[in-house]
Amino acid sequence: MKTFLTLFSRELKSFFYSPIAYVVLFYFLLLAGVNFWYQIQLVNGYPAEVTIVEIVFAQALFWFPFILSFPLITMRVYSEEFRMGTLETLTTAPVKDWQIVLAKFAGVLFFYCILWAPSFLSFATFQYITGHNAANAAGAYLTTFLLLFLMGMFFCSIGLLASALTKDQIIAATISFSVILLCVFLPFLPTVMNITSPAIKEIFAYFSPVQHMEDFSKGIIDSRPVVWYLSMTALMTYLTLQVFQFRKWKA
Amino acid sequence: MIKVENLTKRYAGVTAINNLNFEVEKGEIVGFLGPNGAGKSTTMKILTSYLPASSGRATIAGFDVFEQSVEARKRLGYLPENTPLYTDMRVSEYLRYRANLKGVPGRKLKQSVGDVLELCSLRDVEHKLIGALSKGYRQRVGLADALVHDPDLLILDEPTIGLDPNQIRHVRELIKNLGGKRTVLISTHILPEVEIMCSRVIVIHKGKIRASDTAENLLKNQRTAGSMRFEAKVGSDPAAAALQKLPGVKDVTVDQDGDYSVFQLRLEANTDPSEDVMRLAASKRWAVREITRRRPTLEDVFVELTHSDS
Repeated sequence: MKTFLTLFSRELKSFFYSPIAYVVLFYFLLLAGVNFWYQIQLVNGYPAEVTIVEIVFAQALFWFPFILSFPLITMRVYSEEFRMGTLETLTTAPVKDWQIVLAKFAGVLFFYCILWAPSFLSFATFQYITGHNAANAAGAYLTTFLLLFLMGMFFCSIGLLASALTKDQIIAATISFSVILLCVFLPFLPTVMNITSPAIKEIFAYFSPVQHMEDFSKGIIDSRPVVWYLSMTALMTYLTLQVFQFRKWKA
Repeated sequence: MIKVENLTKRYAGVTAINNLNFEVEKGEIVGFLGPNGAGKSTTMKILTSYLPASSGRATIAGFDVFEQSVEARKRLGYLPENTPLYTDMRVSEYLRYRANLKGVPGRKLKQSVGDVLELCSLRDVEHKLIGALSKGYRQRVGLADALVHDPDLLILDEPTIGLDPNQIRHVRELIKNLGGKRTVLISTHILPEVEIMCSRVIVIHKGKIRASDTAENLLKNQRTAGSMRFEAKVGSDPAAAALQKLPGVKDVTVDQDGDYSVFQLRLEANTDPSEDVMRLAASKRWAVREITRRRPTLEDVFVELTHSDS
């Protein structure tokens, strides 16, 4: 456990050693703030049937920075160790490979949570100042952030797998960006292609993060996405461990 | 401390080390010698569990480096070639991180880090970013990292590369002082270094062990022998032919330096014909200016063991 915590804190600190953390934090805060402000303006203008939380997380202004944040925070994690050769000092210390992989995952996920902390607070502030609920119930507020956390786990694990595949950060970022983009937008395929078969539409909806967000921001907890994100995260992390060991032994 | 049995490592089609067998006892300082690409680093990487062997086994303090790798790794400090470090950390912060990672208990942490900072003369840079340090300092940070958990075994891959002569002396002293209590396996191709520091030398070439002995014994048993330089005013004497006839002399070459002739005598192994040369010179009444015997050096041994393809 001590080993894990040591690795975890090094991973988390390493974000703040580089300017990347501050740039990503700044841009994320800015866009989230603009989105929040803009949606309030919109809802203020005319009677709306949706809550602030529902409308904020349905926007492109939410989805694009969201998708883009993962390649930025994960690309460096393994690639940098490969490129600098620090993999050798890291893995010849008495630590197990799975400890390294889990600590890196936990570190990235924690930073992702830090990214969302200001948004979390802005909804709370809204409720405090206006006396209105930002979501239709406190539960809906929590389920939204539960989904953000679950999606964050899955997309972080994709980003980490991509980073473990290459020593070039740019390639890692490109791979994870493409895959996450596909995960989010591929479920729109039936709509784009005018497929009317309800069965196909339903299958694609199962895997649609946008659909999941629509449900969760209303406060509906569907266990299927929960299982989907958790199991996919486990799979991606397992693959990362395999790739990590393969690359280490090939080195 | 180290036991290597039939160790073989093949990379795609290339055999990096071939059926290696050797042992290192506790307290020994062993020099691992060989030309580039001989398999030194590969062997070290297997010993530190960084690479798996293709076949054979190796143990450190009785722990198999593959099966019980964490136990084995707890007992060794490793300085990889090129000293990879996190350039975004500060020196003392990095050493604290490494000490934690290697299981130094919290109450001893400050002491351990302080000790290696002293030992490797890093006090004046302890708050600097590693990325801002010169090569010599980085090398010492790497060495401090290898030492920080007080390991029984140190594996150092070319520890003096990139250091200036003063720093090299310092590092050599340091390593020499580690002996006795700790076991050290050190790879290098700087030969005088081995003679100064190591109690034993293992010469490896093309993945095979060519010799394993003390530097002294290697020199004694070495087949190509030394040479002798002899300068004398010999006039028109056919001196070369006379020198050639002396026992132990393989061949003679002559150069002219003004009135003096400069003879280079190649000698057979373990012979010293200097008395005969002097007697000859006295009997022929040559004016001798210089007679120098060049003992075989470790370099000669190294060249002989690793040059031929046999």
